[in-house]
Amino acid sequence: MSNRWGLMKFIGRRLFLGVLTLFIVSIFIFAATQALPSDAAQSVLGRNANPERVAVLREKLGLDKPLLNQYFHWLWGLVRGDPGRSMSNDVPILDFISARVVSSLFLLTLASAISIPLSLLIGAVQARRRDKTFDQISSFSMLALASIPEFVIGVILVITFATVQWKLLPAVAQFGTDRAWQHLDQMVLPTATLVLGAVPYISRVTRAALIEVLDSDYVEMARLKGAPERTVLWRHALPNSLGPVFQVIALNIAYFAGGVIVVEYLFNYPGIGGALKDAVGIRNIPVIQFLVMILATVYVLVNLIADVATILVTPRLRTRVS
Amino acid sequence: MTIVSDAEDNVDGALPLPRQSFKPPGVMRVALRMWRTRIGLIITAALVFLAFFGRYFAPYGENQGIGVAMQPSDSPKIHEKSLFGSGELGRDIWTRFLYGGRPILISAFLATLLALVLGTIIGLIAAYNRGKLDDVLMRAMDIILAFPQIILALVVIAMFGATNVLIIMAVGVSTTPRIARVVRGSAVSVVERDFVAASEALGEPRWRILKDELLPNITAPLLVEANLRLTFSIGVIAGIAFLGFTADPLSANWGLMIDQHRSGLLGDQPWGTTLPVIAIALLTIGTGLIGDGLSRAAAGVDRQRGDA
Amino acid sequence: MSPSAAATTKSTAASTINAVTIKDLRIVVDSSGEDIVDEVNLAIAPGEVLGLVGESGSGKTTVGLSVLGHARRGVRLAGGSVHIGDSSMLELDDKQLRAARGHLVSYVPQDPSTSLNPALRIETQLMEVMEFHGFGESNEARRERAVEVMGEVLLPGTRQFMRRYPHQLSGGQQQRVGLAMAFACRPSVIVLDEPTTGLDVSTQAHVLTTIRQLTSVHKVAALYVTHDLAVVANLADRVAVMYAGRIVEQGPTRTIFDDPQHPYTRYLTAAAPDISGDHTIVGLRGRAPSPGKRPVGCAFALRCELAIAECHEVFPAVTEVAVGHTVRCYRAGDVPDRTLAKGVQFGSSSTEGIALALRNVCCSYTGLQVVHDIDFEVHQGECVALVGESGSGKTTLSRSIGGLHRDWTGDIILNGSPMERSSRDRPTAQRLSIQYVFQNPYSSLHPRRSVGESVARPLRVAGVGKHEAQRTVGEMLEKVSLNASYAQLYPDQLSGGERQRVAIARSLVSRPSVLICDEVTSALDVLVQAAVIELLLQLQRDLGLAMLFVTHNLPLVRSLAQNVVVMADGKIVEFGPTDHVLAHPTEEYTKRLLADTPSITQALTSGTLASKPRRAISPE
Repeated sequence: MSNRWGLMKFIGRRLFLGVLTLFIVSIFIFAATQALPSDAAQSVLGRNANPERVAVLREKLGLDKPLLNQYFHWLWGLVRGDPGRSMSNDVPILDFISARVVSSLFLLTLASAISIPLSLLIGAVQARRRDKTFDQISSFSMLALASIPEFVIGVILVITFATVQWKLLPAVAQFGTDRAWQHLDQMVLPTATLVLGAVPYISRVTRAALIEVLDSDYVEMARLKGAPERTVLWRHALPNSLGPVFQVIALNIAYFAGGVIVVEYLFNYPGIGGALKDAVGIRNIPVIQFLVMILATVYVLVNLIADVATILVTPRLRTRVS
Repeated sequence: MTIVSDAEDNVDGALPLPRQSFKPPGVMRVALRMWRTRIGLIITAALVFLAFFGRYFAPYGENQGIGVAMQPSDSPKIHEKSLFGSGELGRDIWTRFLYGGRPILISAFLATLLALVLGTIIGLIAAYNRGKLDDVLMRAMDIILAFPQIILALVVIAMFGATNVLIIMAVGVSTTPRIARVVRGSAVSVVERDFVAASEALGEPRWRILKDELLPNITAPLLVEANLRLTFSIGVIAGIAFLGFTADPLSANWGLMIDQHRSGLLGDQPWGTTLPVIAIALLTIGTGLIGDGLSRAAAGVDRQRGDA
Repeated sequence: MSPSAAATTKSTAASTINAVTIKDLRIVVDSSGEDIVDEVNLAIAPGEVLGLVGESGSGKTTVGLSVLGHARRGVRLAGGSVHIGDSSMLELDDKQLRAARGHLVSYVPQDPSTSLNPALRIETQLMEVMEFHGFGESNEARRERAVEVMGEVLLPGTRQFMRRYPHQLSGGQQQRVGLAMAFACRPSVIVLDEPTTGLDVSTQAHVLTTIRQLTSVHKVAALYVTHDLAVVANLADRVAVMYAGRIVEQGPTRTIFDDPQHPYTRYLTAAAPDISGDHTIVGLRGRAPSPGKRPVGCAFALRCELAIAECHEVFPAVTEVAVGHTVRCYRAGDVPDRTLAKGVQFGSSSTEGIALALRNVCCSYTGLQVVHDIDFEVHQGECVALVGESGSGKTTLSRSIGGLHRDWTGDIILNGSPMERSSRDRPTAQRLSIQYVFQNPYSSLHPRRSVGESVARPLRVAGVGKHEAQRTVGEMLEKVSLNASYAQLYPDQLSGGERQRVAIARSLVSRPSVLICDEVTSALDVLVQAAVIELLLQLQRDLGLAMLFVTHNLPLVRSLAQNVVVMADGKIVEFGPTDHVLAHPTEEYTKRLLADTPSITQALTSGTLASKPRRAISPE
């Protein structure tokens, strides 16, 4: 019982640290907007705007209030799920972002669902057949893929599959008001780009983690006890590689959060990445703040889950926290 | 003093002293014996040369027009001779290409250097001062990590505009925690080793221990990581340009070129995109190969030293 | 798990004379074909314990694993045979091997903390051995056997205990679980690979007793692989001595220790410190040639002062000098001069000035006080041994004296003046006047700094000029019996013994008055250990050093210290002249420690440690 209590305490502590991180992130984001050479109202209306109109907009945006007030007003809005209104077209941010969030999530999920099992598989086969032909060839092609920036991989895919010579797949996503899953053919290239960017990285970590376990004394001992190879793998090796694998999955998702920007822009995919790019272009501060907070939250959350899951599958950690 | 027998310790080679002095080879030297490192170096060197000095062989000026935009080389609409045709503002693609590598390379190199210096200092301090300071430093690094690299750069650009210094700083700062983690991770095991304690017992100042005892013993993982981060920085910096954020929209830049000429991929003028794509891909594969050689060498070097 | 060949032969194994027979075993490096082990012939009868003795790298573990038909990555079983009963272990296919391992022959690994699976309960790990081999009719039968075998290794078989994970057990308990797994299926042969290395002597004594009892009661043939002669003297019926991949001498335990024939065996026995018997230990420098660098002739010839021309040409054949006593040496029976020499005797107790004094020293670790009220002193020209088991606080105390551990109170007085807590706060002269030699020579030298640079380091702190420093370094290297030209070498190029000599040179170059040696020989093989101890004693006498020798090795203390401080649980248990404390201990703890320490002399004169009746096992 005390064990479970200790575990809860640990998760609680971890959760608190996550929230604290997000809180500090929010301060940074907010503080950054304050450092603007001209304030938000001015930058929306332009340098030569009528001072009266600027003053009106200022009041409307609450920019005349003390900084701390503005910050907590914004933060409270975020917590309630109301990030405010977009500056450029004066509509509630959620109205035009929520559909994009769904599209991005769909893209991320699809890419993760393919890349995670694929990298685990490749990493596992590489570890099992270490230094054999498959390991050497695959690690070499993985190396090339890992080095090339994601958007370049994307463009290469476009050149290969979507230009005049071999027009197999659409080069851009154009689904208007439809949902992403209604146009799976348009999903192929963006997803493939993300997957190709992530797989080499993750399979390499998986390979290293598995090799460490397979080379361990306890795996040798299991064989010397006469354990069948299946038992060696599933009972002795696997549980000890779960921890690193969870970390790897977290890494994968966090990685996508960054890659999604260029990939969405490249394929004109209507997600949050594209929205962020546009918002940066026209300095639409509330939208930038909101989207960056979302991405930071995804990162913190995913890491939190991975840490807790690692603890749960590792008896040494699980019993220590009590 | 004849308290020990005459038998030499080194009976392996059965040769008595003097043995030849043999400094453990640095990771760089071991890596250079591998063909992958050599190929990587050749590719990288060729592209660095192209990026830095290609402009002196350019047929036209950086912003000189040669005719109608987006025409293939054999089009009658361009009135000058052109190897790869014209780009989106009617400038010569080949010339733009020869000019467009330098800004990316310089920025990526400076950003990595910044991160290398900051990350090494922070990582070493954290590793040597376990406890509170370590916690605070690494927690701060975690917070920076919560921003994907390109997003941190975009936020900075949104706030202050796209200047070279800002982009370099944003990429450098967002790379720092990644290097700091690696440095700390390798250095903590070095801190435990007794030659560090031996220096402490002699009362060597802290900075000396960081510089003389820790740093020389983490060069291998540090080099590997620095190379990896250089590869990534090239990608991020080019990516930012690809998104359209450069200090000077008129000057040539591979990342920007890729974006600007994408329409040509579907028409008959693909070179504006294809050339820089090939260049960036080759450049990053080159640095990636060097990094792979380094990491293999580092693994071998570590094994050789074998902490018994 | 089917009744395979291996399993059916098990019943007939008892009828043959030997449980396991190894013939002409040859094991090589897979890539190069260089021999790791060659021409190994061994046989063990049921119920017999054979001690396989050798230094690190001699190939003893490789031989041990080959009995299970196993070779590690990069290693190949290249020739010869291993027969257990009717099973030829090197010819079985994978399935037959699996059936044999853990059932016909089992293995107890060196380090239980890494060999038990951290993710599985000990119950699972114990029960699965029986499941793999279909041992016992039902799950209940297996569970019963599990409880029984836990009892045999003196562990509680309660459900609550069985459901623990390895990290929740002490080192001794973990090794007992290893033994339980090995004995669970009642094998006919068991291979034990240094199973007590890293355990405290009291735990070691318990584990050895258990091994002795189980092997004799169940008529199990045991191959006990170790570097520790005292353990072998106490446990084994017969001993085989390995050097550079070959067995150089083999015979009954008593004969091997009383009348060794091979010079190497003679050196080994002369180098082993003993808790009773001879004070002195005699060292031998050098190291055995590694695979691929072995000479055509006898591999020991390079270090052997009896070597003749023949030794360098052809490896000597096996000669039987007495029944069951074989040796491979042209000079068998000739005694090398050095082992007759007395070695270096330490001087008598000193009454000169006090070099180092501790007054009410208490040390804390993360807020917890772990060392309490320590008072003792070290005179000039005297060696005091600080002895204790792991966790006794001896290392924390010695690090506090050296200024490496800052969290302490009380007074540590060096040559009359009290010292600051941290080395950084101490004046330079004081820092140079007290020097520290570390346990592990592989970690105490900066790998990218030449020997000369490392040794000159203290001189630089002292502000000595470069040229003079260079000269002093050369002199110091000669003093530790290296050569001045070693200054250009790097640690990579040195053997463990050479490294430790360099570390000693570094500590003495600033002419300290106090030298702290922290387990300086525990990473070294026994011959090298003896040579390093000889050197330290010589230097201590020549330079009039006060030395504090921190160790867990009680026998070693007898060979070098005038006075001994016995520590347990952070307190001083006993303090006095070494001979007196070791011969007539007054405290219960010291008595027990002495009783648990294996001794070669005692084993040969008054019966083995393992056969002595033992008091009830206290739960760990």
